[in-house]
Amino acid sequence: MAKPVVELESVVIRFAGDSGDGMQLTGGRFTSETALSGNDLATFPDFPAEIRAPAGSLPGVSGFQLHFADHDILTPGDRPDVLVAMNPAALKTNLRDLPKGATLILDTDAFTDRNLKKAGYESNPLEDGSLEDYQLHAVPLTSLTVGALKEIEGVTAREAERAKNMFALGLMSWLYGRETESTTTFISTKFAKRPEIAAANLKAFNTGYHFGETSEAFAVQYEVKPAKLPPGRYRQITGNTALSYGLIAASKLSGLDLFLGAYPITPASSILEELARHKAFGVRTFQAEDEIAAVGAALGASFGGGLGVTTSAGPGVVLKSETVGLGVTLELPLVIIDVQRAGPSTGMPTKPEQADLLMVLFGRNGESPVPVLAASTPGDCFFAAIEAARIALTYRTPVYLLSDAYLANGTEPWLIPDIGTLEPIHVEFAEASGAEFLPYKRDPETLARPWAIPGTPGLEHRIGGLEKQNETGNVAYDPENHDLMTQLRAQKVAGISVPDQPVDHQEGADVLVLSWGGTYGPVHAGVRRVRSSGGKVAHAHLRWLSPFPANLGDVLRSYDKVLVPEMNSGQLLQLIRARYLVDAVGYNRVTGKPFKAGEIADAIQTAGASDGG
Amino acid sequence: MAAEPKLTLKDFKSDQEVRWCPGCGDYAILAAVQAFMPELGIPRENIVFISGIGCAARFPYYMQTYGMHSIHGRAPAIATGLAVSRPDLSVWVVTGDGDALSIGGNHLIHALRRNVDVKILMFNNRIYGLTKGQYSPTSGQGKVTGSTPMGSVDYPFNPLALALGAGATFVARALDIDKPGLTNVLRRAAAHEGAAFVEVFQNCNIYNDGEFDYIREDKEARTYLEQGAEFASTGITHDESDFATAFALAQLTWEKDGAIPLGVFRDVQRDSYDELVQAQLRNAKGDGDLQALVGSGDTWTIS
Repeated sequence: MAKPVVELESVVIRFAGDSGDGMQLTGGRFTSETALSGNDLATFPDFPAEIRAPAGSLPGVSGFQLHFADHDILTPGDRPDVLVAMNPAALKTNLRDLPKGATLILDTDAFTDRNLKKAGYESNPLEDGSLEDYQLHAVPLTSLTVGALKEIEGVTAREAERAKNMFALGLMSWLYGRETESTTTFISTKFAKRPEIAAANLKAFNTGYHFGETSEAFAVQYEVKPAKLPPGRYRQITGNTALSYGLIAASKLSGLDLFLGAYPITPASSILEELARHKAFGVRTFQAEDEIAAVGAALGASFGGGLGVTTSAGPGVVLKSETVGLGVTLELPLVIIDVQRAGPSTGMPTKPEQADLLMVLFGRNGESPVPVLAASTPGDCFFAAIEAARIALTYRTPVYLLSDAYLANGTEPWLIPDIGTLEPIHVEFAEASGAEFLPYKRDPETLARPWAIPGTPGLEHRIGGLEKQNETGNVAYDPENHDLMTQLRAQKVAGISVPDQPVDHQEGADVLVLSWGGTYGPVHAGVRRVRSSGGKVAHAHLRWLSPFPANLGDVLRSYDKVLVPEMNSGQLLQLIRARYLVDAVGYNRVTGKPFKAGEIADAIQTAGASDGG
Repeated sequence: MAAEPKLTLKDFKSDQEVRWCPGCGDYAILAAVQAFMPELGIPRENIVFISGIGCAARFPYYMQTYGMHSIHGRAPAIATGLAVSRPDLSVWVVTGDGDALSIGGNHLIHALRRNVDVKILMFNNRIYGLTKGQYSPTSGQGKVTGSTPMGSVDYPFNPLALALGAGATFVARALDIDKPGLTNVLRRAAAHEGAAFVEVFQNCNIYNDGEFDYIREDKEARTYLEQGAEFASTGITHDESDFATAFALAQLTWEKDGAIPLGVFRDVQRDSYDELVQAQLRNAKGDGDLQALVGSGDTWTIS
């Protein structure tokens, strides 16, 4: 008998369990089902740096949050409406994020004395009444799974137990009326080589689904209607995948072979792994002996006429600084990608932060200007990567592209771009003309020097880290020449053609929110929240951090108040105050978690968004 | 197609004034390399010299080829990126004992183990010259220098043993002013497919003068390795393909053994890193359809 269906506009679900419980996989599958159901969505995988922290412990809890809706959304959600917790530790670390009245689905089998003790519970929350403010569904997930799989031959007790995440997925799939075919196909494909494991996982998934249908514990089923997004074909994408595709696209658009030098580091490694799979696109990936060799090899490839790229996170990027400085003086193209994570030092490797901005701008010896841009959403990483390569190749300069751990692993529906509409990147190598070759004679428009690659007859020349004489490129210690070359390098970067800063203005707003990078989603959601409650506020989100858009000063000066929310201690804030003498204020938090729309809305109210009255 | 005019030594001299100290061993090495280059039969535009930092690192400025004077210790890494992405080029690294074995030690051993097709010439003068005379990772214990007024307590590297230990497929030694010996080693290194490591004993007449006088001053004292022949009454019959032989020969010193080998210690064939990379590119499955790639995985349409 079908249960009543209740319609919802949006839902935030968090799956939480041990690092080994398969929560990332469960969340990923639920996301795919949700995407195929046509909802808009945003995800936030939140996991520890340890691969398998001690089972049942608080630091070992891995979570995956998914927000889906019948309208367009910008964030993975501030507070979960539903928490699926696979053990006491998962309940304990996540309960504080839940609003009262939220739904709890707990695996009662995991609430043993031993696990309760590991999680620091003095009494069993299932029994002591501490969860009475929540809608509690206590389900013996593990024993129901193991019981259902008894008849499948060749599956050990441990393997049966491990399928409990599929039971949970099945149950949630029923509860929200998700399409299930993609998961069925996924399980069959993933375990194709072990049919008994495939059968076990399918059985667990279906049993969970039917449990929802038949159990009296679940009185209603929910429905979230498809969202009205711009028409077209969609897929879901993470920031690191989009970034990898963007680099391949830049290679195609420029006609240059892509060379990636990289050293494994969280949260950037998946770019190396993704690109390593695409050799059919002429992509060379070089897993170097260290971060320095990674960027060195990329610069070597650029010297040879390739598109040299290196990817890393803060602790690796800092090691690359000297080579980036060499790239500045050699004036060769180079793309350096910093997938930022919480620092300083090793910090919190899997958690996002935006605190590398001043490092990439200023963390080199001497006057060493480098253009810097930042991606704003997972899907935007694709376009940001193309843009970074375009500027590097056009102006023959290292370019920093900033992403972060939130964009890297977060997913969103992505309107698949039409490759044919992307603008080609025009690259011209120097050829011998009969006249004396001047390696540092600049293009009058871009101030870029000629790119004369080895193999070109007649243009043999030497470049190096020593200061060069203007035009000839010969080693020079002449005082006036050094001053001139310093100015030319600065002018080249300052003169990069950057589009004017667009502003999402609202009539009557006297507060401008200025944000950059991976905070776009929560900041704009906060802006919307203020507006929906009648407040007036404008929003500008920066892609270019160096150079700034030419109109930025005018934009900032046309508002009474400027609020700069950043996941650092005020780095952009410092830059714009110094550059434009604007009395901007910051909203600065470094918790290792993305901003919540709610806290941004509060910060805007505090800054004084006019109430429209 | 008309035959290219044969190149000469002069064709490999750049227009830059050479600025090493008068009497420096680097002059002899530069002259030998410039004289050898025409023999390669490779057009100048397809030859690249990459260096790090130090006296030796000025070398590329004086070669009429493509060149890069990069940063301290990193030349093997930069050369790797170039060689892997441009297998059509002949890539040479010029380095010194401080550049290659101290600040750049990591890149050196990894370039050698990977067997990247680059020829690494390490000028070993056992001193930091450009910074005015501090001890280097090849200076002997007890060496009195500006930074070791009571004598160095550092135990030195044996560069050839290090290269062998790193899995180098070609290891050789030559002497700066021994033009025939050096040329022979250059010839063998150039012919080797894969990474070649060549230690060149080089006299720094300012900060470490006389370090190699026992063979620089006495031509008769120079003893060369010969495949299949016993080396200098040591009882070691040379075999370039045998690791243990090369390693044993690399331990010989003038002070201890009264003879120090010059020439090729090891020369074995192993697929070069660059060639293996090219092979994977050639064998990669797929048609490079970017539109298909961006649209891969589960997709859905909103109308």
